[in-house]
Amino acid sequence: MSWLWFHKLGSPKWFFFWSKSWALPVFCIGCFGLVVGLVWGLAFAPEDYQQGNSFRIIYIHVPVAMLAQSCYLAMGVAGLIFLVWQMKIAPMFIKAIAPIGAVMALMAMVSGAIWGKPTWGTWWVWDARLTSVLVLFLLFMGVIALQNALEDITLANKAAAIMSVVGLINLPIIKYSVVLWNTLHQGPTFTITKKPEMPAEMWLPLLIAVVGLYCLVAGLLLWRIQSEIILREHRSNWVKQEVMGNGL
Amino acid sequence: MHPQRQKRLLAVIAIVLVLGAALALVMYALKQNINLFFSPSQIAMGEAPSKTNIRAGGLVVEGSVQRDPNSLAVSFQVTDFQHSVTIEYQGILPDLFREGQGVVALGQLNEQGTFDASQVLAKHDEKYMPPEVSEALKPVEKPAPVATPTYY
Repeated sequence: MSWLWFHKLGSPKWFFFWSKSWALPVFCIGCFGLVVGLVWGLAFAPEDYQQGNSFRIIYIHVPVAMLAQSCYLAMGVAGLIFLVWQMKIAPMFIKAIAPIGAVMALMAMVSGAIWGKPTWGTWWVWDARLTSVLVLFLLFMGVIALQNALEDITLANKAAAIMSVVGLINLPIIKYSVVLWNTLHQGPTFTITKKPEMPAEMWLPLLIAVVGLYCLVAGLLLWRIQSEIILREHRSNWVKQEVMGNGL
Repeated sequence: MHPQRQKRLLAVIAIVLVLGAALALVMYALKQNINLFFSPSQIAMGEAPSKTNIRAGGLVVEGSVQRDPNSLAVSFQVTDFQHSVTIEYQGILPDLFREGQGVVALGQLNEQGTFDASQVLAKHDEKYMPPEVSEALKPVEKPAPVATPTYY
């Protein structure tokens, strides 16, 4: 297997021009998918037999919660790549993705609270699932803080990468918190081994919303990495040419 | 792989594994504190402390809910199908509270072994379905409720 693509990814210049053509289409597909999924889920999907219409917040809660964890996984992998292969692009990726992930984790907690009030009877409870997602949010904030607080850029890169990798331990805790301990949060509806615990007319719009949000975040991420590349590589000739030529 | 990269990779993996193991041990030691509630079996075995605030959780026993007609007082039993515990509560129950549903109550165990709750939260399971499907799944001999409860 050729590792050429992997090493190419490490070149900011190559990544910049590759991502330039991908960001907009991916973002547009994402917006479209998210709108279709949300409108379908919030307006047309059937209501739940027990929770009625308050169940519909699942179409917001599940996509943002999945994205929060996926963003952290991607950030942790980027941290590992930086620590081992020292790719230039990896810290830019971490810096670009951390605020997106933080927003997703916060939205997961807020939408969960709005869902929890009518169904459970409380906005928040210190059970293992809710607490581990709060830890996820704080880890994102920690990575953002480390990268911004340290003046020395090499030190900042390294510190943020180490924190990203170490925080990966939290992901299995979030995933299995509802299985390992007694929690107020219910168990997983979707598992690999079993059929989903909801009919297709309920999970299909959810799937579309999830895929849409993944694409939307990917588009945002590519744009954020591009501006980070321009910022960090502003001394190189190709960036000067690019900025002069396109009047960015 | 370049030997230096291999060394760094092993170092990072070692750090994560050691930290992961340490955290796993801490969580194993704190298992009882991480659990949100005591099950009726744990209460029956005397694992739950009395006269201090704890949470008890389980499924509401069918036909056990007794409401006081003159006040908001309500008493019901929760079970984990091995043991059950009686919970007494005064206040408004959450919308999802019903017989057969999971609940988590915050309160204290008194001398009689009943649980005086100051807060009752409803727990719902991971299954979702439209009302028509749930109607169709109900056993036929049971008379259907007059109206499907809806929460708009």
